[in-house]
Amino acid sequence: MNAADFVSSLPIAELATVLSPGSLILEDEELRPYECDGLTAYRQMPRAVALPETEEQVVAILKICHRHGVPVVARGAGTGLSGGATPAPGSLVLSLAKFSRILAIDPEARVARVQPGVRNLAISEAAAPYGLYYAPDPSSQLACTIGGNVAENSGGVHCLKYGLTVHNVLKLRVALCDGTVVEIGSEALDAPGYDVLALMIGSEGMLGIVLEATVRLMPKPVTAQVVMASFDDLVAAGQAVADIIAAGIIPAGLEMMDKPATHAVEAFLQAGYDLNAEAILLAESDGTPEEVDEEIAAICAVMEKAGARQLRVSHSEAERLKFWAGRKAAFPAVGRLSPDYLCMDGTIPRKHLAFVLARIAELSKQYGLACANVFHAGDGNLHPLIMFDANAPGELARALEFGARILELSVEVGGTITGEHGVGIEKIAQMCVQFSRAELETFQAIKTAFDAQGLLNPGKALPTPRRCSEYRLTGSAR
Amino acid sequence: MSDLAQEFAARIRTAETPLVIRAGGSKDFYGNPSTGERLDVSGHVGVLAYEPSELVITARAGTKLAEIEAVLAEKGQCLPFEPPRFSPATTLGGMVAAGLSGPRRVSAGSVRDHVLGVKLLDGQGRELSFGGQVMKNVAGFDVSRLLAGSLGTLGVLLEVSLKVMPRPATEASLRFELGQADALKRLAEWQRQPLPIAASCWCDGVLSIRLAGAHKAVEAACRKMGGEAFWADDFWQDLRDQRLPFFGASTLWRLSLPAAAPVIDLAGQWLIEWGGALRWLITEAPAQAVRAQAAALGGHATLFRGPETLKRQVGVFSPLSEPLMRLHQRLKAAFDPKGLFNPGRLYPEL
Repeated sequence: MNAADFVSSLPIAELATVLSPGSLILEDEELRPYECDGLTAYRQMPRAVALPETEEQVVAILKICHRHGVPVVARGAGTGLSGGATPAPGSLVLSLAKFSRILAIDPEARVARVQPGVRNLAISEAAAPYGLYYAPDPSSQLACTIGGNVAENSGGVHCLKYGLTVHNVLKLRVALCDGTVVEIGSEALDAPGYDVLALMIGSEGMLGIVLEATVRLMPKPVTAQVVMASFDDLVAAGQAVADIIAAGIIPAGLEMMDKPATHAVEAFLQAGYDLNAEAILLAESDGTPEEVDEEIAAICAVMEKAGARQLRVSHSEAERLKFWAGRKAAFPAVGRLSPDYLCMDGTIPRKHLAFVLARIAELSKQYGLACANVFHAGDGNLHPLIMFDANAPGELARALEFGARILELSVEVGGTITGEHGVGIEKIAQMCVQFSRAELETFQAIKTAFDAQGLLNPGKALPTPRRCSEYRLTGSAR
Repeated sequence: MSDLAQEFAARIRTAETPLVIRAGGSKDFYGNPSTGERLDVSGHVGVLAYEPSELVITARAGTKLAEIEAVLAEKGQCLPFEPPRFSPATTLGGMVAAGLSGPRRVSAGSVRDHVLGVKLLDGQGRELSFGGQVMKNVAGFDVSRLLAGSLGTLGVLLEVSLKVMPRPATEASLRFELGQADALKRLAEWQRQPLPIAASCWCDGVLSIRLAGAHKAVEAACRKMGGEAFWADDFWQDLRDQRLPFFGASTLWRLSLPAAAPVIDLAGQWLIEWGGALRWLITEAPAQAVRAQAAALGGHATLFRGPETLKRQVGVFSPLSEPLMRLHQRLKAAFDPKGLFNPGRLYPEL
């Protein structure tokens, strides 16, 4: 069903009766902040925003919307990068911002039970007194919420070793589109029945609304050190990554930045990066001091053999954080260089890295737009940052086109259009490249099994067959 | 190497009665009784791609686990979730369909955690691919992981891509003479610390701990934890494949519980794995009592092995809540609208 098919009017009076005063936003001025998420290139005003405080209120809102056929778009902190929280036309935005309580930390069982609006980092902060932490650490972890992390199956720089959201969530309490509340998964491992938990995680708000999440906590590593290595060419850096893995080492983090990214970052905060390098690799080891010593030595040996021109090992926590600061600030650093940028998110088999980066450089010339690349090298997740100026005529369209070509390139080499940011509205057309008609029909059938009317986050992630036929005919991204 | 996908698809498209999917048959004992015409998928074999530096292997579903593990071992890698091999005939497809993981599950993750992609035939005989050969992939719903543990009720698995891991550099095993309550207490304390505990097993007054990781870390942990060192590779393999005498019982319960669950007040013999999170039980107690105890603690109880009459009476798996079962039924219909695949094996309603 298309978002435009929703013709019913919003039952405002009825919604107002279930919400506290001031928790239903209707005025344009106050609705404005909700018109987009982190993907600011797309904007759409919602019809209204509800800010419920209790599960009962969420259930009541869903029942009302279900009865009246009103589309509902769930929203956490709005930091998503694929337009997953962009309102559908005529929709009610369901903000979970007020669900910000950590309900329980159980150090014995090493789990935390939290509401969906709790910030990712807040979980680790609350667990810290017990020597525990929540492992997935997306770059936006200061602001992004666990509900959003569940919706997108968020990763982070440590996920090669510690897994994605799907590996670290044990149980969800979820409201389905008609207000029915179900518990999915369990604190006990491997819950019986289908793995609906895996289906729910990464479902981009299309299958249900998260009311509570129970997440796994890990013992905090005693210590961590990072190696920073610079390379004269990307191929050698890529080979170093492969060699580290082939040597049986799984670093806690393994990140790569190309020259444009390094320069952007160095101009921004002087992290001491080698400006002559074509590629910088950051490899982190964590664990007991004995373990880290052993692993750092092994990583250095592999890097040297692979042709690193410079190697630096952090010798204090301050230095480790300084090495990482540049990588973590890569997005804002690029944001400072360019009025706007688009962040792509393909994952590729690592062996194709050099080929893919060369093609991206060609495309960069072809479209006349600069591009810096940061790369979760350990797991093949590539973030090209396409720089453009939305106020310059035609640049946004060119940037989107350039992005579309990168996504197609990721599929061409055997990868995927999105590793951790989600499809949202941004990559919906490229779903037609990655999946066959029958596969897309299966996704739609799953959606229908949860939400027959198509009310939850309509117009996201799943392209209509018609859109795919058009895309295949014209090759046009939009 | 043999590609039988077309043959299976034709069988599915012309099927007029349900199909019971079977490869090695090593887990015939597992799940609820299911009847139909046999669809033998054991001939669909072959490792299709393996790149050690990408940490990914792709193989046809009928490939024997033994073959896959041998290929991995040559490059110093493994399936870290240690799926049980109830017989040498155990296959990759059966492993994913059953979704069972072994001793290291608690430290290394489960089968499902390592499934990166699948190719399958749905109930209309259509060949579908989901996920892929990369570590991170959030395009579309995560159908690959949904299939893990679905006991063949959603489709016929054709190919699976798995994340594999390096074998630990060093392993060591320690033994402690401890009663059950003390063992659980010690396990809880240790698991809150960053110790390289890969697996644990308590049975008959003895707690066995397996350490795995960097050489120095294992050495340091041995010093810190004490106990008596023992050479134990056979022990952990026998635990994994359920060849220990304990597993000879004809009726065996498998209780999955929150890690910190206390000693359970049910008479019988216990074998405890996963730091307390997995408890095997041989008991005369009625099924209702076992299920009630597990549920009260937030867990579930599976009648892992048992006579068919008992399975029919109490069901193999803990019952699902009513709305969750309705979701299951709709999901089943989405993949297999004619109800062809392994009817009733997971739940009678599916």
